[in-house]
Amino acid sequence: MDSITLVAVTSIATAGLTTGIGCMCPALGEGRAVATALTSLAQQPDASATITRTLFVGLAMIESTAIYCFVVSMILIFANPFWTHVIAGTAGK
Amino acid sequence: MNLTSDQQILWQHGFVKLNGTVVTTWAMMVVMALGSKLITRKLSTGAVISRWQASLEIVVTGIEGQIEEVGLKDPKPYLSFLGTLFLFVATASLCTVIPGFAPPTGSLSTTAALALCVLVAVPAFGVREQGWAGYLKTYTTPTFIMLPFNIISEFSRTLALAIRLFGNMMSGVMIIAILLTITPYVFPIAMTVLGLLTGMVQAYIFSILAAVYIAAATRVRKPKPPETPAPEPAKASTH
Repeated sequence: MDSITLVAVTSIATAGLTTGIGCMCPALGEGRAVATALTSLAQQPDASATITRTLFVGLAMIESTAIYCFVVSMILIFANPFWTHVIAGTAGK
Repeated sequence: MNLTSDQQILWQHGFVKLNGTVVTTWAMMVVMALGSKLITRKLSTGAVISRWQASLEIVVTGIEGQIEEVGLKDPKPYLSFLGTLFLFVATASLCTVIPGFAPPTGSLSTTAALALCVLVAVPAFGVREQGWAGYLKTYTTPTFIMLPFNIISEFSRTLALAIRLFGNMMSGVMIIAILLTITPYVFPIAMTVLGLLTGMVQAYIFSILAAVYIAAATRVRKPKPPETPAPEPAKASTH
């Protein structure tokens, strides 16, 4: 395998793995957060405004980890620095 | 496929480039500034107000109420900054219904600029409220050992603000672009509707987080309240 194929295979496989694992774990966390928020909403409907706002902010915090993974995999596929480096190296030969 | 609208170069002369992000940002700014100028040209306090004035009042009082709920008791000084953040991000995501419009918040340079505004505004508001000594003292709470971590958190949350907004908006555009090549007619519309929802949620979250940061920086440390006896726990009815 020459280095172009190696970089391509590694990038694509890592991008898939990154989004796959990076979606799974935040999904579990968000599920737990929403379930707890629903329970407390059922117990205390008066505090719904505070609970909802805190839930949204917390969900955004959890979700941002998934977004980081997504951004990393997008960079690996569409704007890979190693890929451009290797292409430049073969063009220079 | 373009990852962001930064790579979409519309006009170039020498090294002066005009990319898609700049054009859409300025178009939105012109529309919003002219629109609010036109609406606020003839305001009335009478019983009958125009529909546009009523809708703008709903927006402004809604933002004011949200800021107040976060913990800033007097929302007036913060309304212009936080309201601008919210309206800019919300308009950017609402305008995605226009065909061919790439939201400017889908580019990392725009969101980084917005996050840097928050990074500067938080100490500015904090210093104005508590003075230099009072604000700088908040970095050493609860103990002096926490000083480096407080400084790191200041920068890491700025990074998180920028990447979160960029990732959400960019993923929405990208998913629609991918779906257009796979299932052209109906399904992208559903994803556009979902994108509108997440866009509004992101606008809300961006401005609420900025408000939370400002509220944490401006909170004047009160003397400890006198000790009150804890309320007696309700007796369980075991009988």
